[in-house]
Amino acid sequence: MKLNTNSNSYIIIYSAILVVVVAFLLAFVYQALKPMQDANVALDIKKQILYSLNIRGLDGAEAEAKYKDVVKEETKINGLDYYVCNIDGKTKYVFPLKGMGLWGGISAFVSVNDDLNTIYGAYFNHESETAGLGAEIKDSQAWQENFQGKKIMSDDGNVAIAVVKKVENKSSEVDCVTGATLTSNGVSKMLRNGLPQYINALKKK
Amino acid sequence: MALFSKQNKEVFTNPLNLDNPILIQVLGICSALAVTSQLKPAIVMGLAVTIITAFSNVIISIIRNTIPNRIRIVVQLVVVAALVTIVSQILKAFAYDVSVQLSVYVGLIITNCILMGRLEAFAMMNKPWPSFLDGVGNGLGYAMILVIVGALREFFGRGSLMGFQILPQSFYDFGYVNNGMMTMPAMALILVGVVIWVHRAYFYKEK
Repeated sequence: MKLNTNSNSYIIIYSAILVVVVAFLLAFVYQALKPMQDANVALDIKKQILYSLNIRGLDGAEAEAKYKDVVKEETKINGLDYYVCNIDGKTKYVFPLKGMGLWGGISAFVSVNDDLNTIYGAYFNHESETAGLGAEIKDSQAWQENFQGKKIMSDDGNVAIAVVKKVENKSSEVDCVTGATLTSNGVSKMLRNGLPQYINALKKK
Repeated sequence: MALFSKQNKEVFTNPLNLDNPILIQVLGICSALAVTSQLKPAIVMGLAVTIITAFSNVIISIIRNTIPNRIRIVVQLVVVAALVTIVSQILKAFAYDVSVQLSVYVGLIITNCILMGRLEAFAMMNKPWPSFLDGVGNGLGYAMILVIVGALREFFGRGSLMGFQILPQSFYDFGYVNNGMMTMPAMALILVGVVIWVHRAYFYKEK
């Protein structure tokens, strides 16, 4: 007897079996690969922290070892995560920040000297900024290096760090990425909102 | 039937040249524009599409006689979506950097017209082995164009290939500047157009 592949009951049973088989297959693959994926995400975060400390070009086990060597403490203040690091005997703080770019979220790791005012290094990441324009905040190492040595607060205690179109205050302001004004504004806002929270909290400690 | 009969060879080689999915059928253009700003993601994307086309062709070809005609597109989509999800999970586990770079475009392989086109036009009517060859052929035909465009864009846009700097610093000292246009998707469209033009000028014969 030849099956009638066009009958309703055949179609329903066929699709039910197909979906169940596929669901089991996907669940199995997901379970089997989960540990490796988690390890990759964790390593990626460690690499970003190292980038913010101006340690670039390391991969895999090297990055892992360097991270262990440099980062002394992963801790919290007022519910905010931060990292205490040691570079050549000097203490650096790394602050993770989150903000909004043009098309999606942006994030950053900013390392600050132990005076809690001078930026030591910065690394930015984004979810979906335009390649070649907004994405330069992640791709352009030269742009990230502009942040080195900038002061977060001015002498009178106001927030001074900013990403602007026309740099007037060289000690705190960074030129924005050409063609990516809105992404740059997002970076500026993220730094100005996020960094003082950490600094004020740590100063009180 | 021999595994590499003349017919099977044609099934494999046609999509590489005279029936190329991008050059002649102009399918799968959107992803070709999006992932070709550098060579490495272009290669990975090409491989991913090749693997997925080949295996979805085989699977659909094996079950082609059991598929109810009325829901055949749904069945094809489920098979393709499952394969794409598996490939994307494997990329996340073994090539994390590349999977971040490819971002949504791996998922979008599901809607790649090349896949649905091959499933409908070939796998539904042919045995598994020719379907496999057809899938590999079409995938490689697609990958080939991606690699050409990716290499051109990375070389002129960044002066590097596969992330390694090719143009020495002395070039830049003499005033050579990377062409920023090349990193934009618009330039990929123009390059694909140029590749199609060159290909037609040499190979295409009016019927």
